[in-house]
Amino acid sequence: MGLPRVSILATTEEAAPAKRAEDKVSDTFLQKLKGFSSDDLFEFLATSIGSLVLVILIVTSVVLTRGSLAVFGKFGFGFLTGTDWNTSLGSESYGALPYILGTLVTAGIAISVGILISLGIAIFLSEMAPSFLRSPLSQVIELLAAVPSVIYGFWGLFVFRFWVRDYLETPLSTYLGWIPAFHGTATGYDILTAGLVLSIMIIPTVSSVSKETMMAVPSSQREAAYSIGATRWEVVKLGVLRYGRSGIFGAAILGLGRAVGETMAVTMVIGGTPGPYVLPTSLLKGGVTLSSLIATEFGDATGIHLSALFGLGIVLFLFALVINVFARLMVWRVFKVTGGIVE
Amino acid sequence: MTLGIQVDKELKAENTKPILISRPVEPLKIQTDKLNAWFGNNHVLRDVSLRIKENHVTAIIGPSGCGKSTLIRCMNRMHELVPQAKVSGAVLLDDANVYAKGVDPVSVRRKIGMVFQKPNPFPTMSVYDNVAAGLKLNGERDHARLDRAVKRSLDLAFLWEEVKHELDKSGSSLSGGQQQRLCIARALAVEPEVLLMDEPCSALDPIATAKIEELITNLKDQYTVVIVTHNMQQAARVSDYTAFLYLGQLIEYGDTTNLFENPKEELTERYLTGKFG
Repeated sequence: MGLPRVSILATTEEAAPAKRAEDKVSDTFLQKLKGFSSDDLFEFLATSIGSLVLVILIVTSVVLTRGSLAVFGKFGFGFLTGTDWNTSLGSESYGALPYILGTLVTAGIAISVGILISLGIAIFLSEMAPSFLRSPLSQVIELLAAVPSVIYGFWGLFVFRFWVRDYLETPLSTYLGWIPAFHGTATGYDILTAGLVLSIMIIPTVSSVSKETMMAVPSSQREAAYSIGATRWEVVKLGVLRYGRSGIFGAAILGLGRAVGETMAVTMVIGGTPGPYVLPTSLLKGGVTLSSLIATEFGDATGIHLSALFGLGIVLFLFALVINVFARLMVWRVFKVTGGIVE
Repeated sequence: MTLGIQVDKELKAENTKPILISRPVEPLKIQTDKLNAWFGNNHVLRDVSLRIKENHVTAIIGPSGCGKSTLIRCMNRMHELVPQAKVSGAVLLDDANVYAKGVDPVSVRRKIGMVFQKPNPFPTMSVYDNVAAGLKLNGERDHARLDRAVKRSLDLAFLWEEVKHELDKSGSSLSGGQQQRLCIARALAVEPEVLLMDEPCSALDPIATAKIEELITNLKDQYTVVIVTHNMQQAARVSDYTAFLYLGQLIEYGDTTNLFENPKEELTERYLTGKFG
């Protein structure tokens, strides 16, 4: 790519002064425009559209920072560690800790459950499924990504919640209730349900990216494993999962990103009200996440309350950035260790 | 290598039935009996009956697409891993048919190791783990035993001296020739009885090739080696017996020196003299 572009630039640079000397007087706008080749125009358009990404990122950070200045000015670092959420005028007090933790816990459940199911699907599709099944099944799974999140929320609220309550939470609280994480009454309207609904929502992303990674693993790796007497599962483990682990890790991070930011479905099933009580000490408790709190209170928030919501927004924004940067670093590190890939 | 004329006759290819030798000169390790193989409707091996002697190097030569690789991939049941691949006939390993009902292909592959055309070490594993991978599959966890097996295999693959200080380095950080020897060490670590090599030097430079040829010669004290090669000189240098395959059929098989100097079939002669191929 580099070489032809350089040569094009070189010729236009050489041609430009000559042209300018020729029609110094009639240097109209149109002629100036003619001096540009269509390549220059394309480069200008592509560059400006490309830099839009950066502009959007900067504008978002500026807006979020400006909006949250008031709340950070009043509560300082305490906004991140506080647990109160009092909106009544005069005695206002805002702390984001329960919602930060709520987000982390639900996303954590989502990714740990979701990655297992997704890997199972990806392994089946790339290693086991007969070719006539592979394509239609992949399509169906990718279709799941197109289901609006409010639909997942409805299903979670009216169907899935009761399954979780009856088959998972009731036994958990009955037999393992002495563990703080399972303390409480089984209602199905809590952090566990939200996490599990999220885990289903991230399956399309995680499984299809993992599947692509696995299918890109050269068959020579599978043969290597077969030739030393590996069983089918061992072939997947030695030849496929290890080789594709950076891609699979990337898929998991993509899923985590979605789980952290997902709003609607979580808001519908997580069932907590803001305040110190929703600190996620137990999975069987109602919770509130950063995004669900913003969504529920944004409509009628003013003043410092609005600023507090902006504060939650900036935390969420930073989460997303950190997750992505971390993912990149991990992927780079993996590549550095293996020193690239033999092909 | 001097063999009686009588043996030579016994090995003749037209005789497709398994031949009963009244006085076995040397024990047989692998025998294929009317082996046929297909990819979908493409019939790539036709009635190949070949008898491979223990502790010798047998080369399989022939032009591209003649079924050389398929033949050895049938021996350790790798052929059937390709979708739509079919096999009929028998492959006897020490008189036991590896295609018999109830035989686990995994156990066949542990006895018949394989090295491929392109070096394929596990790139995310260290040199040590690459070699130990097969043993770990077998459930070996004892560090001292693993260490011994890794050193022994790397020694046999003429790689130990070069990598003994960098066993922790990634398998893919080695040069191409070293990677291929690493793959040989990985195959030897599970202590197979037979080592199949599918054009192991075709991706390597002459120096790396010479090293591998040297180690192949060295291996036959302990292993039976079957090597597929499109390089006739290589077959002449490393093998004791040579089989010539053409369009999926076994044309001629015999003592390497005899076959190269005095081919009995016209096809063999024409191939060896470069008239086609």
